Amino acid sequence: MLRLVVSFGVFGLLVLLLWTGLGLDPRELPSPLVGKPAPAFELPELLDANERFQHQALRGQTSLLNVWASWCVSCRAEHSLLMQLAREGVPIYGLNYKDTRSDAIAYLRRGGNPYRAIGFDEAGQVGIDWGVYGTPETFVIGPDGVIRYKHVGPLSRRVLTEKILPLMQSLDGAPS
Amino acid sequence: MRWLWSVLRCLPLLVSAPLAAIPVGTPLEFETPAQEEQYQTLIRELRCTVCQNQSLVNSNAGLAQDLRRNIYQMTRAGQDQERITEFMVSRYGDFVLYRPPLQPNTYLLWFGPILFLLVGVLVLVAMIGRQRRAHDKGLSAEERARLADLTGQRL
Repeated sequence: MLRLVVSFGVFGLLVLLLWTGLGLDPRELPSPLVGKPAPAFELPELLDANERFQHQALRGQTSLLNVWASWCVSCRAEHSLLMQLAREGVPIYGLNYKDTRSDAIAYLRRGGNPYRAIGFDEAGQVGIDWGVYGTPETFVIGPDGVIRYKHVGPLSRRVLTEKILPLMQSLDGAPS
Repeated sequence: MRWLWSVLRCLPLLVSAPLAAIPVGTPLEFETPAQEEQYQTLIRELRCTVCQNQSLVNSNAGLAQDLRRNIYQMTRAGQDQERITEFMVSRYGDFVLYRPPLQPNTYLLWFGPILFLLVGVLVLVAMIGRQRRAHDKGLSAEERARLADLTGQRL
């Protein structure tokens, strides 16, 4: 009897372990940048090559930095959600990653531009400094310029209402 | 004439693109064999975070090409292996290391196999002990009687 209980117990634990393993998303890596100041950068603005977009622009308010590209298919999936957020007044900045200027501008012309400013990271060097490995990626940045959260993959209503928007509210509410 | 030669020697380097991404198999030039060895070791031991089961050495993903470029440039600039590893870990986390560091959250990973081996040995020892005890006991009076019936012999 004891033997039966032990065997089933061990079997049950193994099933539990493998089951949780199956449920995890191996693409979601914990970012070492969360809790650290946003990496410094200075990039040409996508829409106007004479303008610069710098990391200092991310200070003073809670904002989102969205890493996207016109060749990125899953970016299209979240684009309407970004447009909606922008209409609601959420400050969204863009990092156009390894793209060409004309493709990126055409993309925004089709789907609308939700970004307050967009850095044009043609070589992908700023992407590397930010630990970007899969577009789209979205960072939540506090008013102090510290990265508070990172989401890899297209945004969904659920991630926004459960994680990102409450976090942004609490960051805005906190005295800095 | 010497200066001309050194300029000419650098030309292929500029073409083989220290600034552009480095596709798999691009021949690269190094100043010393040690630098080349360091570069080769690093791209073997660092994971491509896009195509997660490949190391940087054999991945042609855009990011892997860019990271090879970074590692190549840093190696050429004389930075040591630790510095470059630190550069990668500070951006992508411990996950980029194919040889994970020994720290509390990797104890199970490192010592798990030994742990499982120990459990296996314990189970084996317990099983052998039980069998031996069963064997030592010999036959009970009842079994003896049945055996005698079956063989027609008195034991």
